Amino acid sequence: MKFNDTIMGAALLALALAILQAVMQYPVIPGQNIGPGAFPGLLAVLLAVCAVLLIIKGLKSRPHEAWLEIGGWVKSWVHLRNFLITIAGLVFYIYLSDRLGFLICATLLIGVMMWALEVRTKLIMPIAVITTLVIHFIFYKGLRVPLPWGILSPVQW
Amino acid sequence: MTTAVLLQAFWLVFDPYVLLVILCSAIFGLFVGAIPGLSATMATALLVPITFFMPPVPAIAAIVTATAMAIFSGDIPGALLRIPGTPASAAYTDEAYQMTLKGQAEIALGAGLVFSAIGGLFGTLVMILFSPGLAEIALKFSSFEYFWLVVLGLAGAVFIGNASVLKACISLLLGLLIACIGLENPAALPRFTFGMNELMSGVELIPMMVGMFAVSELLRYITNLDPPPMIVNKEIGNIFTGMWDLLKKYRWPLVRGSALGTIIGIQPGSGADMASWLSYAMSKKFSKEPEKFGTGHVEGIVESGAANNSSLAGAWIPAIVFGIPGDSITAIAIGVLYLKNMNPGPMIFVNNPENIYAIFLVFILANIIMVPLGWLTVKVSTKILRVPRNILMPIILLFCIVGSFSINNSVWGVTLILFFGLVSFLLEENGFPVAPAILGVVLGTMMEENFVTSMIKSDGDPLVFFTRPIAMWLALSTFVILLWPVFTWAWDKWRQPKIA
Repeated sequence: MKFNDTIMGAALLALALAILQAVMQYPVIPGQNIGPGAFPGLLAVLLAVCAVLLIIKGLKSRPHEAWLEIGGWVKSWVHLRNFLITIAGLVFYIYLSDRLGFLICATLLIGVMMWALEVRTKLIMPIAVITTLVIHFIFYKGLRVPLPWGILSPVQW
Repeated sequence: MTTAVLLQAFWLVFDPYVLLVILCSAIFGLFVGAIPGLSATMATALLVPITFFMPPVPAIAAIVTATAMAIFSGDIPGALLRIPGTPASAAYTDEAYQMTLKGQAEIALGAGLVFSAIGGLFGTLVMILFSPGLAEIALKFSSFEYFWLVVLGLAGAVFIGNASVLKACISLLLGLLIACIGLENPAALPRFTFGMNELMSGVELIPMMVGMFAVSELLRYITNLDPPPMIVNKEIGNIFTGMWDLLKKYRWPLVRGSALGTIIGIQPGSGADMASWLSYAMSKKFSKEPEKFGTGHVEGIVESGAANNSSLAGAWIPAIVFGIPGDSITAIAIGVLYLKNMNPGPMIFVNNPENIYAIFLVFILANIIMVPLGWLTVKVSTKILRVPRNILMPIILLFCIVGSFSINNSVWGVTLILFFGLVSFLLEENGFPVAPAILGVVLGTMMEENFVTSMIKSDGDPLVFFTRPIAMWLALSTFVILLWPVFTWAWDKWRQPKIA
């Protein structure tokens, strides 16, 4: 996913301007000329300058470069699918780990990922279960991290 | 007093628990470094959530040991697969692979191991000799000097590697802006929190690093289209044979590489990768037989193998003395020091000298045990290289999740690794280096504090930044570094018409 520098530059310029606008509204400390907005404001100005330079650079190379160059992995269905599975796996964990509990979420997550990465089917479940239990043991028992039990609360150990 | 402190440091390190931590992190570092696609920085990022639960000395010991080992064992896949295990081995990967093809794998790996250890010890020695003195000078620094030191460090960060300077600057500014998030600014006003309570205390460093250095590397592995590499199937003999002769023959390249590596390490922003590239180039330049370079000649491996390990120790000098990281690994380590209330800076030499001496001891110990453990790793290396990465990667992802969760016991950490993993994956795809961003985040708070304090002290007059003698010199060197590309550009422009 390679964007032309002009697009990246424009996005960064928008970010810099948004920061400047936010910073303008910060209160001034009476009797002092340096408020909480001074430092981020300075950074945003520098970022805007860099963004403009990047836009110019992108426009110069524009004749030889497409606006968006799609990487080989996006065109290869398997790679794109695996990328999306990884992202979806993290989102799944973020939203459901409290409800389903760590053990279920983690086993599912690495099971699906290993399936996507073409680990032999016979091995997937045993490895997923054992890894989850080992990591659970280290962090829950050893380091006392309160990993959620979720629907398995009645059987927690 | 000093002997008492040394003895205390000795007890801190030679505690069974600390020794066990050192041994485990050594094995971990050797393993991670030997697997292509897992870098020394990733090893550190994965270790940090675990060190979160340790006292300061073992926490730092784990990071120091794991990185030293990973930088050496990055040589192994370089020699056997022609893929550097970590970027720091990339400079001489071709050379080592050529040696393997000639049937000299044991010499390439032996040289990598022995000279890595010597280089590491050299860097450690420099650190032990110079940092206390430097700390005494640093005690006299005020906010003006600190401001320039930070700027100098960040200026160096912009010139890491071969990325575009403009893109490195942008990455750095984004890092500094991330550091602005939250309440922790001189005015204690919540900035850029978007009304989220989680952002009040700022972006937590550990989940952010795990995202930037582990999750993004994982995404890169998953989207990598290259076919799996072929392992050279050759017996590896005794790697220590002939090392003594190499040591005698190449003693000057060894010293040169170690010295250059240490200096590059000290220079904020540039680390082991740069040290190894530059010293490989220098070795070729000064060699009596430059024509042999690239055909499987050990000289370059000796020099840059020593350089990348010595730079690790060098990078710790500004980290400990000024709190300014020398590379992305020490940037992570500084984050850990802050979490452990061992705020780096000259005062640490006054308040907790035993902890500093303990760090020195760990460095020495790590470089010594590297030799036997490295020997073992080479023995089993063909097995390590066969570890199926499609099983390893999902496990690493789970580890990232649990590690980032454990910082606050909240799923917010997992959200952060997802966000920063995606952002840095996208940035790297577009040629933006991420190392400057992490330096920006680590140094942002310190930079703002010193900037604001100085401006308040001077009643808003920016000229004061240049009036104190040391501050003036620091300012001058910063401008020279920052404006260097402009100078060379102008020089080329000025000369070109004459040639044409």
